[in-house]
Formats: sequence, structure tokens, C-alpha cells
Amino acid sequence: MAGVRISGLHFRYPGARGFGMRIDALEVPAGECVAIVGPSGSGKTTLLSLVAGILLPDPGEVRIGDQAISRLSDSDRRRFRIDRIGQVFQAFELLNYLTVAENVLLPRLIDPAAGPLTEARQRAAELLADVGLTAKADERPDRLSHGERQRVAVCRAMLNRPGLILADEPTGNLDQVNKQTVVDLLIRQAQTHGSTLLMVTHDRSLLAAFGRVIDFSELARTEGFAPEAGS
Amino acid sequence: MRGALKLGWRYLAYHRFKTAVLVAAVTLMIFLPAATRLLVTDSAAALTARAAATPLLVGARGSELELVLNALYFHAERPPEIPHAVFEAVRGSGLAEAIPLYTRFQSRGSPIVGTSLDYFTFRGLELAEGRLMGLLGECVIGAGVARRHGVGAGGSLVSSPETVFDLAGVYPLKMKVTGVLEPAGTPDDEAVFVDLRTAWVIHGLGHGHQDLEQAGARGAVLSRSEESITANASLVQYNEITPDNVREFHFHGDTSGFPLSAVIAVPQDEKSGTLLRGRYRDEGVQEQLVVPYAVLGDLLETVFTVQNYVVLGLVMLSLATIAVITLVFLLSQQLRRGEFFTLRRMGASRGFIALLVASEITFVFAGSLLLAAVMTWVVRAYATKFLLELVTF
Repeated sequence: MAGVRISGLHFRYPGARGFGMRIDALEVPAGECVAIVGPSGSGKTTLLSLVAGILLPDPGEVRIGDQAISRLSDSDRRRFRIDRIGQVFQAFELLNYLTVAENVLLPRLIDPAAGPLTEARQRAAELLADVGLTAKADERPDRLSHGERQRVAVCRAMLNRPGLILADEPTGNLDQVNKQTVVDLLIRQAQTHGSTLLMVTHDRSLLAAFGRVIDFSELARTEGFAPEAGS
Repeated sequence: MRGALKLGWRYLAYHRFKTAVLVAAVTLMIFLPAATRLLVTDSAAALTARAAATPLLVGARGSELELVLNALYFHAERPPEIPHAVFEAVRGSGLAEAIPLYTRFQSRGSPIVGTSLDYFTFRGLELAEGRLMGLLGECVIGAGVARRHGVGAGGSLVSSPETVFDLAGVYPLKMKVTGVLEPAGTPDDEAVFVDLRTAWVIHGLGHGHQDLEQAGARGAVLSRSEESITANASLVQYNEITPDNVREFHFHGDTSGFPLSAVIAVPQDEKSGTLLRGRYRDEGVQEQLVVPYAVLGDLLETVFTVQNYVVLGLVMLSLATIAVITLVFLLSQQLRRGEFFTLRRMGASRGFIALLVASEITFVFAGSLLLAAVMTWVVRAYATKFLLELVTF
């Protein structure tokens, strides 16, 4: 279980005109499922990148559990990300040259320090069974429907039993039925494994399932948040 | 590392057409210059080895190269003939051992080499089966001839007529195969060896026919005088030499004037060789004496010069190919930026991404190297012989 605590965070992309993004404080208790809503381009994805340690605040602190992620070295931050954080992306980001099962195993494949794959394979099989994709384990992702692909992406995020799941608009490419399925799946997985879930969305029809909804425009002050901001 | 290798391998396997094109391009890039150089070097080595083992060669004046190619490789282009007296002169000089060669005729595409038994000792040829020829009309064949025609000791071969339109020309002679040589990897494998006199019989200089003194041949007598008997066309001529008719075979005229293609001269020592060469320097002498190694050296110098230009061209082509392949890889990396970004976001290090790309390049180059090595091996095994045949026949 890993809660998220942000304090005095300030982030500015190089070349941005304004002061960037400021978040004075945010606390998400361990095991809570939180939806962050806000308009496109407001900085929601940047916030998730800061929480994941892909971007570093300047100044400020991001704590996940009892670990201040911004104080870790580059390599420790990477390892922390692989071991403790599961990420789900809007465009699935599956590798078509790997099978579905191998895509789920990807966090172990990219970790040079990871142990034998046997246990991870077993875990991947269980996760795929849990989302009803056992029969597609040897298929290539490009042969799956969008809903199936996102379910595979959720399995991949859950492989290492992360304490924190970061989902960046995971329903952006799905129809309404699949949107609800994926949200339910994420929440169920988080609750099953006691993980904290932070999901960014601008689809207000999905918010009912979350324990808390944070309006990004109330959470953060932004100015000139420009050059590389995705959302 | 294992993960990067696995991802690299899977990426190449998934994009198998692109990978195959890359491997083919890199393979050709390695194979063409390497094979060209090896092929020429191997062929040159094979050519020069035989030339180096043949100290001196006496033949008619004219093209030195034609003489060497005919005498050493039984090249189909024949140099002008020399009289047998030349052989006798070399032998009689006491300066060198002389081995006669007469290579005018063929049997089913294989050269018939009229020579003496000394030739087999000189070339170090061993019998795989049977014995060397001992009688008129017998032959010993190379391993290649035996394999190609399915003939062994006890079988027979027939000399090919030079022209089927000349009714008065040379009749084919049926020759008994007495032995098959061990493979030597030289033109000897493809030759039919006969005694010099058998070659002359094929030529028509010697022949066998019914004894006109016998009762059965009386009908063939056209006229009779104290000195000679003239036969008519009904006289039976033999086209096979057997123990029964071998005594009927005979030569007309002085054998010293009978033809040879060349004489191999193996001098006793360097001084003898120099003295012998001196005898053929005179402008008045009808024959020439050549050093095969030197003659082939001139030819190979030209071949190597051409080869260097060819290899240079191939290297330039390889450089262009490397440039194109580099471009393909760079473009591929551009297209895969999203994939690499995702891997980085998930926690992959820059080193992992570099290893992934490096493993793909390594797989492509390792596969190409392996393929090029196999192709080069095949070419060396088969094409060198083909090239030698191309040069010598």
C-alpha cells in the first residue's frame, strides 16, 4: 500500500513563459481510488509524470508511501517505478511484436535485476485469466479490440503488484461500454491488491465509481503551461 | 540483457520482411568482395601450384600461354605440334628428364593425353583401381572421367572422331580402361591417359588390318609386287586393339617425325635447366622453352589487377550499402520513438534501449556474417573448380 503526498510542488517546462504549475499540497491515502478531472492541456499528465518520477519538481516534494521519490537517484527512481508503480496509458502502448502474455511480462523484461521469469509468467497468466483474456495470451496485440488491448495494459500495470497505479486517460480511446469496463477493472484490481489508484480523465460519466474526485483546476495553479504539455 | 536480447529478436522476427532485406543486403556486402578475393586467390593458387610443379616446357614457337594451358591443363586450344625428335633431343641432352605430351584428341569431351609412364610418377598420381596401361590401345582414366561416364577398370572408352564428314579421316579407336586414378583435384582427374603410340594410332599414323599374306585376305589384294602389296577397300581395318590383333598394328614412317604437343622437361639441377634454356634461345630453333610458372605469373598479374579494381568497386558499393543501412536504422529509430518513450516511462534505462537497438544490429550482422560464410564456403567448394575449368578449357 502506498499513499501519495505532494507538498510545495513547483514545475516549469524549459522555455515556458509563465511560472508553470504549482500544487501546494495533495494527499491521497493508501488504497484510495481517486479520479483527477480537468480540461485538456491543463497539466494532468504532467502531474502523473511528476508522481511517477519521470519529471522532477523544482522545488517541492512527491512522496509515495514513505519514499520521497524526487530524492532518489536516477537508477533508484527507475527501479522504484518498475517495482512500485503500475502505469496505464491512453493509447495502450503495447508492443505489437510481442504476444499479449509477453506484453504483460514487459516490466520484468526491461528490469535487468529481475529474477527468473517463471514466477512472473505465472502471475501474467493469472492476470490474463482474471480479465478473461487467457485464450488471447499468444495473440499479437494488433489483433485485439481496443477494449481488450486496454485490459492487457491493465494487466501489465499490475504485474509487479504495485502499491500505486497511475492511469492517464485510459478510456480516451474506448467506447462507452468499454470505458466503464476498464474503469471497473482498474478499481477492482486496485481494491483486490490494496493499491492506490490515481486516474486522470475528462469524462465525468465515469466518476461515480471513484471514492474521491479532484478537480485539477482547483488543485493546481498554472500559468504559461505550454511547450510540451500534453493535457 | 536477456530482456533486451529477447525484445530485439522478437522485433526482427515480427518485421521479418524488413529483416530479410537487411540481412540480404549486409550478406551481399560481406560476401561479394570476400568471395571475389578468395575465388581469385584460390584459383590462382591452384593454377600456380601446377605450374610451379612443372619446371620447364618445350613446345612450338608461338603463344607461350597457349602452350602452357594446353600442356598443363589440357586446354582445348591446341598449340602447333612439334616432332617427336624434340623429345628425343631433350632426353638425349642428359640435362633433363623428358616427358612427352600429345593432347590432340578427346573421348566424350575428356582430353586424351598421350604420354609415357613417367608422367604418373612426375605428377604423383596414384591408382585407385586396376593398373597402368601396358599395351597398345589401353588407357588409364582420371577419377572425374570415371565418375562422369560411369566407367571403371575393365570398361572401355572410344576416342571421338575429329570430324564426321571426313570419310578418309581418323576412325574412332575403342580403348580398354585398365585403371582409374585417385582424385587429385587437378585437370588430371578429367583426362584419359594413353601411351604415346596409342595416341598416334588414334591419329592414324599407326594402324592394324588383316594380314594380306593370309588366305582370308586374298580378296583384298589389289596388286602385288616384290616390294609391296597394295590392298583394295575391302581390307578389314581394326578399330579396337585386342590381344589377337595387336601384332597387326604397325607404324609407317619415321617416328621421330611423329607429332607431339609439348615436352615436359625436368632438369637434373638448376645448372642443367639454365643450359637447356640456353639451347632454345637461338632464333634458328623451331621450338621454344618456357617456364610455366613465369608464364602464368604474367597472366595472374593481369587477373589480380582486374580483381583489385573489382574489389575496390565492391568495397565502394559496400560503403554505399552501409550508408543506406544506417539510414534505415536511423529512420526505424525515429518511427520507434513512441515505443522507446513508453519503455522509458515504465522504467527502462537508456542503456536498456541502447542494448535493444544494439542487439537488433548484432543479430542482423551476425546472421549476415553466418550466411556470407556459408555462401563463401559453397563458392570455394564448387566455384573454384568451375572457374579453373573456365580458364583452362
